[in-house]
Amino acid sequence: MSEPKFNNSLVRWIDHRLPVFTFMHHEMHEYPTPKNLNYWWNFGSLAGIVLVIMIMSGIVLAMHYTAHVDHAFQSVERIMRDVNYGWLVRYIHANGASFFFIVVYIHIFRGLYYGSYKAPRELLWMLGVVILILMMATAFMGYVLPWGQMSFWGATVITNLFSAIPLVGESIVTLLWGGFSVDNPTLNRFYALHYLLPFVIVGVVVLHIVALHRFGSNNPLGIDVRGNQDTISFHPYYTVKDAFGLGVFLILLSAVVFFLPNSMGHPDNYIPANPMVTPAHIVPEWYFLPFYAILRAIPDKLFGVLAMFAAIGVLFILPWLDRSPVRSATFRPIYKVMFWVFLLDCVALTWLGAKPAEGIYVILSRLFTAYYFFHFLILLPALSIFETPRSLPKSIGRPVLDGGGGAMAAAPAATRERS
Amino acid sequence: MADTNEGTTRRDFIHVASATAGALGVACVAWPFIDQMNPAADTLALSSTEFDVSGVEEGMAVTIVWRGKPVFIRHRTKKEIQEASEVKLDDLPDPQVDSDRTTRPEMLVLLGVCTHLGCVPLGQSATDPKGEWGGWFCPCHGSHYDTSGRIRKGPAPTNLAVPPYKYISDSVIKIG
Amino acid sequence: MVLQRFVRGLLFLGVSLLILFPNVSVKAAGGIAVPEQDWSFSGVFGTFDRGELQRGFHVYKEVCAGCHSLNYVAFRNLGDLGFNGEEIKVIAKEYEVEDGPNNDGEMFTRTAIPSDTWPAPYPNDNAARAGNNGALPPDLSLMVDARVGGADYLYALLSGYHEAPKGQEVADGMYYNAYYPGNQIAMPSPLSDDGVEYGDGTKATINQQARDVSAFLAWATEPNMEQRKRMGVKVLIFLIVMTGLFYVSKRRIWADVH
Repeated sequence: MSEPKFNNSLVRWIDHRLPVFTFMHHEMHEYPTPKNLNYWWNFGSLAGIVLVIMIMSGIVLAMHYTAHVDHAFQSVERIMRDVNYGWLVRYIHANGASFFFIVVYIHIFRGLYYGSYKAPRELLWMLGVVILILMMATAFMGYVLPWGQMSFWGATVITNLFSAIPLVGESIVTLLWGGFSVDNPTLNRFYALHYLLPFVIVGVVVLHIVALHRFGSNNPLGIDVRGNQDTISFHPYYTVKDAFGLGVFLILLSAVVFFLPNSMGHPDNYIPANPMVTPAHIVPEWYFLPFYAILRAIPDKLFGVLAMFAAIGVLFILPWLDRSPVRSATFRPIYKVMFWVFLLDCVALTWLGAKPAEGIYVILSRLFTAYYFFHFLILLPALSIFETPRSLPKSIGRPVLDGGGGAMAAAPAATRERS
Repeated sequence: MADTNEGTTRRDFIHVASATAGALGVACVAWPFIDQMNPAADTLALSSTEFDVSGVEEGMAVTIVWRGKPVFIRHRTKKEIQEASEVKLDDLPDPQVDSDRTTRPEMLVLLGVCTHLGCVPLGQSATDPKGEWGGWFCPCHGSHYDTSGRIRKGPAPTNLAVPPYKYISDSVIKIG
Repeated sequence: MVLQRFVRGLLFLGVSLLILFPNVSVKAAGGIAVPEQDWSFSGVFGTFDRGELQRGFHVYKEVCAGCHSLNYVAFRNLGDLGFNGEEIKVIAKEYEVEDGPNNDGEMFTRTAIPSDTWPAPYPNDNAARAGNNGALPPDLSLMVDARVGGADYLYALLSGYHEAPKGQEVADGMYYNAYYPGNQIAMPSPLSDDGVEYGDGTKATINQQARDVSAFLAWATEPNMEQRKRMGVKVLIFLIVMTGLFYVSKRRIWADVH
């Protein structure tokens, strides 16, 4: 790789001593990216930008928020009513959290469809799962901060999950609470951690990107890049494409922030926390619903909790469960169908998580929970053996073989007709 | 980017427009994130304080709070008023007549914040050092104020400020 | 063609947004469907009707304020309703608030000033319960966001007091309401025809009062709503133009990729 030439002498001076410009040039201009990435590949960088939006709006909120059970709710209302543009920043932060999960879930399902978790990207994938777990912890603790009814009871229920651990469960819960119920010490530590964890996420994101740049992006064909004819530089091709995707994302986020700002929240969280009264239906935020459904599907406390954590944990070993050498679902006729079945299973679990735990819903939850694990633990290893993949194209530069691709994307057609 | 194509001008124009729109968007978003640090509506609404000065006897001084800052109220003696009004304006770093600094000559109302770097000057209680001119003395960097709160010596550039106030009855002043 | 594809993309996203948020139809907590009302403040360009807000404020002040606090609303906020500074001072003067301690260390009461928040009718929750048969009248400042159905639900509730249908037991000290979850509510019907007298000559029917006070509470819940929507329209127009430019840029840059 040749040393870049900079025209500006100040840039040269700095770069000689601190090669930040060389680094940027290397990562943006020279970094070879497959030229056939479709719009589903926008969601990685988009997630990074949303993380920045969340951190910036969060720091603003922290300037006005008071982490005390007597003042938290009121300080949030002060942000909404009296702080200049406080309502805007809070609505961005609250709805931004939901959009963050939408973006990241799409990013994950893209990885599942195109086999982005397979060798040599296993660690890249596992770091992504770590980010997901950190995001969940951060989102959960952030939701507690306004100290409304849902905040309080969400905190109570989720921390009580740990009481399922045999012998030490109760002690762990007491430790988490810093008392004998969710109270002021709990709120304070959640605030401290809610401020800290996003920066931990930033750290893991950096590792995620380092791991990504080791072998470069996977692509819709799932085959390795063969040479320069298969790649283009990240800048300007993907920077402009990501900018366009960001624009579309911001339109959607703004539509919700300005016109449906409370549509993803729960009315009960506008009632101050009351430790004596539990709301009739407590539901977690929508992005936790599939895991909540799995928790409730199992009639045993300990095994319910274990199943819920296993549902995320299984993602860690996914690269070793799916042994098929073919990455992209485009060339795996059975996996392609099962991917969509699995996606539907997750949607169904999300829907069930919001339903009361009674009657038919319990039975359905069990069915879909069983299928969730069946997909990972039995179906994928079996497919690795029994499925006959279609023949792969020779390279990205060559025209795609007949009938390939496009099932997941309406957009890649636009790219492909020019490739 | 292929800059050598025939459509160069138009192509560049589109990119410049895109970049401008992006920069404009960032600039517009920046404002709410900066303005949120300005005083909130409830803070602005709390900007007046009322105080009954009838309890402050001659020679006494009290300190009250207005907008989170101390306000000095001193009931001056005849001698102090005389000293304050007899000073030659040429001797003052920040020339101002004593009568311009009070509504009623005996009741001096000042913002108790040194105009140097914001410390609270001493001189309110009987045992405090009052500086060489018998007014206030700022211990942080040694500014001396006279019995009208005017700067006489030291690093402070201007006189102690007089907050906006008025008598809303015979004995009650409203500050702010 | 570029534009066409862009518009198609936007339409697709709009539809997916609708699928994501299917809760637009209104259902109260107890699963009772609440009829939707036509509010001046709903919709993208919705604004509050000042006359309606002032009448609603009058109903709150004369009827609701006896039991319900309005903790997050200050007298100064009444400027949003169209009252000027002097009128707000006059309204505030009707109320006493506790302040202090004074120089003797005693708490004292004084007349309210515009920066004060609305004085609560009871000093604490226990006093409120004691005064209301054990039921706690909730604070009203966030009512519209704190109830499923929002203003529609409040209107339905306030105008939904009827005779209990045959066979429905109503406990002592409880009242039948068609829209309250469980149909039994501790609050007796607060409104009555001509229970208040409107300054603007509007006839004070129960439905009119219910409507006005629901609109007032929608304002109290989110006084910044008009600012939010006004800004939203501008932001969306800007973002659509910006994204359109990005798209054209993207097309041009990608034109030479084979």
